[in-house]
Amino acid sequence: MKIILALCLSLFSLSSLAVVNGHLYPFDNDVDKKRFEVLAEELRCPKCQNQNLADSNAPVAADLRDKVYELMIEGQSDDEITNYLVARYGDFVRYNPAVQKNTFFLWFGPGVMVFIAIFVIVSISRGGKKSQPLSEEERAKLAELKAARSEKQDP
Amino acid sequence: MKRIFLFVPLILFVVMAAFLGGGIGRENKDVLPSPLIDKPFPQFILQQVEAEKQLTQSDLQGKPMLVNVWATWCPTCKAEHEFLNTLAAQGVRIIGINYKDDDEEAKVWLRDYGNPYEFNISDPKGKLGLELGVYGAPETFFVDGDGIIRAKHVGDLNQRIWDKYKTKFEQLADHSAAPLTDNASEMEVK
Repeated sequence: MKIILALCLSLFSLSSLAVVNGHLYPFDNDVDKKRFEVLAEELRCPKCQNQNLADSNAPVAADLRDKVYELMIEGQSDDEITNYLVARYGDFVRYNPAVQKNTFFLWFGPGVMVFIAIFVIVSISRGGKKSQPLSEEERAKLAELKAARSEKQDP
Repeated sequence: MKRIFLFVPLILFVVMAAFLGGGIGRENKDVLPSPLIDKPFPQFILQQVEAEKQLTQSDLQGKPMLVNVWATWCPTCKAEHEFLNTLAAQGVRIIGINYKDDDEEAKVWLRDYGNPYEFNISDPKGKLGLELGVYGAPETFFVDGDGIIRAKHVGDLNQRIWDKYKTKFEQLADHSAAPLTDNASEMEVK
């Protein structure tokens, strides 16, 4: 009995166990374990849309977790696994959207906005400081107004 | 002239508001666009529920069909079942995928509530479901005579939904009149 227990314990110590949502996913190295945990965080559950595969208790999330594990054991890369799920469930499953035509605005919109904002602020502040010298006509008008005012003040 | 630039922020705001506001109206949280539209039905080899027969994707050709993903554990499937019976009675070809379910329970269900399906594909582990991007039964795929998925509906089918798809479904490529034999396909290639 003790031998069996010791064997079991040694098995656990040899492998890296990922515990995701109460399920055990054994890996033979820590790198794959970490990859699995990151993927389960970055992939989205299609059923319960504000949760990732790691958080969700939905049966479909469990299926997808198992599939990710299966593909990872087969030796597929993170990109291959993500593409596998995107091909079936759509871009929706990515919490980290790819840079592509329809996400262009998402990725670069904010940068463009900031650029426009800086341009607007700079042009407004520059425009404000620039004081143009008065023209001949304006000077004459000013002198006239000043004269009229001093006349009023001391009659 | 410079004053026109004062309106730039307002114009930007209006453009953004229209863009984002339009997005809010369009979003339907329950329905995800399927990447499988206009793609061939995924390959599979699975048993039929009602008989000892192996089925593959090539069984999903000929006459345009609805491929309906259902299960006995799914309450909405029960809700739409009567409507599927109605459609089948009108001559609409319906194929079932019994998704993550028990074959015996499925047979009892079909006996009790009627069987609108030409045949049922048994998918106890949900493998075909995963290939199809199924995330909640019932889901219905509109497949044309070439075995190409042309549309997908998530949720129950009813008269209102059917009215939306009916015309499109009737226009799908139909090869039921002349079943594809080797000769026929060769002729088409030439």
